[in-house]
Amino acid sequence: MPFPRLPELPSLPMRPEDIVPQRINRAPSPLLASGLPWLSVMLASLAAFSPVIASAPVVPPLAFMVFLAWRMLRPSLLPLWAGLPLGAFDDLFSGQPFGSGIVLWSAAMLVMDTVDNRLLWRSFAQDWAVASLLMSAYLVLSAGIAGLAAAYPLPLVIGPQLLVTLALYPLLTRLVALLDRIRLLPLRSV
Amino acid sequence: MARSQDRRPGFSRRAQYGIFTGYVIAVAGFLAGVGLLIVSIVNPSAFSSVRGAASEIARPAGEAGAETRAAGQSVVAAIGAYFQAGRQNAALSREVAAARANALTMQALEGENRRLKALLGILDPQVKPVAAARLIGSTAASARRYAVLSAGSSQGVRAGQPVRSAAGLIGRVVETGPGTARVLLVTDPENVVPVRRARDGLPAFVEGKSDGRIAIRLLNMGVNPLKRGDVFVTSGSGGLYPPGIPVAVVTEVLHDGGVGHLASDPADADFVVVLPVFQPAAVTALGESQRAAGPAPEPSGN
Repeated sequence: MPFPRLPELPSLPMRPEDIVPQRINRAPSPLLASGLPWLSVMLASLAAFSPVIASAPVVPPLAFMVFLAWRMLRPSLLPLWAGLPLGAFDDLFSGQPFGSGIVLWSAAMLVMDTVDNRLLWRSFAQDWAVASLLMSAYLVLSAGIAGLAAAYPLPLVIGPQLLVTLALYPLLTRLVALLDRIRLLPLRSV
Repeated sequence: MARSQDRRPGFSRRAQYGIFTGYVIAVAGFLAGVGLLIVSIVNPSAFSSVRGAASEIARPAGEAGAETRAAGQSVVAAIGAYFQAGRQNAALSREVAAARANALTMQALEGENRRLKALLGILDPQVKPVAAARLIGSTAASARRYAVLSAGSSQGVRAGQPVRSAAGLIGRVVETGPGTARVLLVTDPENVVPVRRARDGLPAFVEGKSDGRIAIRLLNMGVNPLKRGDVFVTSGSGGLYPPGIPVAVVTEVLHDGGVGHLASDPADADFVVVLPVFQPAAVTALGESQRAAGPAPEPSGN
């Protein structure tokens, strides 16, 4: 059987835009358009209640990654202070001492602001590099803070987790891009 | 791709003030976070009520996840069993024959034990479990090892009670909400459990290493008598954990102790049981003496 050429391949059956057939006289729902980023980050925080009961830190910090992906995709969608409420929510479930998420997420927002002011151009590789730096710093500092709370130095156990996190980030940005298309579906009639 | 221009407010005063306020709140949030962090490191139970409420809200999701986990494991196990049926049958027949012989010996020993105990006048404390529940969540992304239990203070769960599964020790309860409780797993470095070797009662204690394994430290220094495959069970010292619960199996022997794997992986445990504190009076006395003695001196030359 010959390999099918590109025009012969059937197109994907469903795009988010196909959910709404009519596009004239319609606008995005304001609740969804501004609320979906917050909701998706909070759901990612709840990933602690996943079926896996881990005996080692292996799962990447999904909530922080989704947060960062939204910040990179739409720089002005989440306000600069979004790290305060979202980090506090994440602290409730992450097992870190309360406050570590608030500090690190707020700091990440401020660092991203500086990065945006310094680097005037964006590209995939550059975004991945900046996100890698931020996520590595986040994991190392999180482990440091947890070690401070447990009175025991921990940073050596995060190696595998760090590699998974760095490799998974581009995939997560695609997911957030899909959510962004869902966010702007014209659901409200005007 | 050039960055978006929407951060330039132009001449709009309102937009300019909005951006400025954003910076003020962000920096204030950072500083507030530093303050909260210091509070929660100095006093780890400071925000337990908020965490408890949050776990209550997320409880349905966690229970659904726990059921999925059990169902998924049984599907995989069923498929695996189908492929191994013949070999397993032969192995099980051999095992049953051996176990039958062992059971007879055990019955004899049990009877003898009962008679001897009656002679000595020792009463077995009847340990009745506090609650049976599922583990519905864990801190899989953090370096601390906590799990969330689907039973709380309304079922009688209290902080300090040990938690075990059928295979071995899981950890102890540290915070309780009305319907959920937070369990400090054995693999957390803060959890220190007094143990003894099952074979000969060699005393030791285990300490989590936070990477899924646990460090076994011997009380008596000198020649290291550990061997790979040694099983350690709780010794009952300290009065918190009842004696005889399997904790760890030695997998690696070091010069002053060993590294072990958990006897009971929390990921495999479908249901866990919360036990009452073994000797409440001893635990209270120990806590009071520790308070009176002040903080322990730092260990040197480690």
